[in-house]
Amino acid sequence: MKCQNCDKPATFHITELTGGKPQELHLCEDHVREYLTQPGSEPAAASGMAAVIAQHMVQQMAVGQTAEELAKLDQQTCPFCGISFHQFRNQGRLGCPQDYVAFAAQLEPLLLNIHGETEHVGKVPKRSPAGSEHRTQLIRLRREMNEAVAQEEYERASKLRDDIRRLEEAKD
Amino acid sequence: MGGIVDIDKLSRNCGEWLRGAGPESDIVISSRIRLARNLADYPFMSRTTDQDRARIEKDVQDCLMNSEHAGRLLYLDLERLSVIDRQLLVERHLVSREHAEGSGPRAVAIDEGERFSLMVNEEDHVRMQVMHSGLNLREAWALVNRIDDLVESKLTYAFHPKLGYLTACPTNVGTGMRVSVMLHLPALVLTRQIEKLFRSLQKISLAVRGLYGEGSQAMGDFYQISNQITLGKSEEELMKQVEDTVPTIINYERQARDHLIREAHETLHDRVSRAYGILRTAQTISSEETMHLLSSVRMGVNLGLIEGLEIPTVNELFIQTQPAHLQKLSGSELDTADRNIERARYLRRHLNKEANGQARSN
Repeated sequence: MKCQNCDKPATFHITELTGGKPQELHLCEDHVREYLTQPGSEPAAASGMAAVIAQHMVQQMAVGQTAEELAKLDQQTCPFCGISFHQFRNQGRLGCPQDYVAFAAQLEPLLLNIHGETEHVGKVPKRSPAGSEHRTQLIRLRREMNEAVAQEEYERASKLRDDIRRLEEAKD
Repeated sequence: MGGIVDIDKLSRNCGEWLRGAGPESDIVISSRIRLARNLADYPFMSRTTDQDRARIEKDVQDCLMNSEHAGRLLYLDLERLSVIDRQLLVERHLVSREHAEGSGPRAVAIDEGERFSLMVNEEDHVRMQVMHSGLNLREAWALVNRIDDLVESKLTYAFHPKLGYLTACPTNVGTGMRVSVMLHLPALVLTRQIEKLFRSLQKISLAVRGLYGEGSQAMGDFYQISNQITLGKSEEELMKQVEDTVPTIINYERQARDHLIREAHETLHDRVSRAYGILRTAQTISSEETMHLLSSVRMGVNLGLIEGLEIPTVNELFIQTQPAHLQKLSGSELDTADRNIERARYLRRHLNKEANGQARSN
């Protein structure tokens, strides 16, 4: 099969999921590099990050991860805020603190690329850091409640609101 | 309750970083430390609803304005401020351009000395900074660290034991800390060595930016040197990294100045005098030209080539000739052409009084 942009054989087959309908792309090595380094449509402030990510992904491909493996990682979403890794790649900003857990596999090499390190050294909050994880549950609960309201599932929304209140009032 | 009552009074103050005091202040303008923090129970900004943002803003406001510091803080809702007032805050380095031009519930808390400012709902939920005149990162850190402890005692931050403080952009994760020093480097620019300096700083992971931070031009020969990495090094190490380069850069600038005095004294003196002359007599002048000329004049004062003019005055002129400040001072909105006339009038008034040795009124 030929690359859709030139006459070379297509060695990468990517299924793009943005914009509703799945889009099949068949590209050669050169054009897939070009495709992955296209800047997103987000404001300039974020494009610095988006460019770092794109460049990083091209490097990963050079190391042997196939475009299919990358596409699968792209589709991963955060169960708390709902953002996909693909959306993060485009806008250069994460959706919620839980993304660092949900996308841990993708982010670790990225952090290494940016900072040369992957572990925090330095100040720690005085109160229990575990309290943070406990509070972060609220992100998922609030989103689910909004969705329940939107879907007119008021009983479920009401139960979620009770869960939220309980968590908010609980001491860390 | 003393201190600042409103933003109008603020515009007439001389901010902390303009004092022109502090060690090595002929070249080092100011030191700044910024911390990025997010509350654990809300998404990052890109996924917040307006309701989330309103609640975040209320939580942070309650925390600050119920604390012992409340009497010294001015808390401003950015949505309620005029465009000029928001621009004024940018010009005084109290908020970023992104914050001023953003939308949705957002605010800033400022202390009366303009040393401390805390933005709510900018790129992260909380961005707090402390500025100090001259080279003084240690004192800046002491204050910002204390305020961070205060906010954290009331609100739960998003924090991961392995990754540190969690931020919307992975480039800030870990310490969430940006350490920067603002330097005036006109001689390095004149002797065309500034590019070489940038490249050598980039090699040791330091970023160089213009007067108003990320993406800004290097107007007036002002450059901000800051750390690029925030993860895997402690706050102490990050400060040290920036601090350690400053004496070397100061040395390069001084050497370049000495070189100009030795090898091109007449040319340098002429350049500086012409700059002073234009500023004192122009009838209309743009912001860009003013910055450019004031930079020469500032160097001239430092090198003793211009007499009867003080550095704090020059520093203040840099600020007061900016667009929002001018309009605030004149009490009306002005288009570019009128601003250019007003700017020239302001410069004539302040520079000629100074030259005649008259006392300046505030």
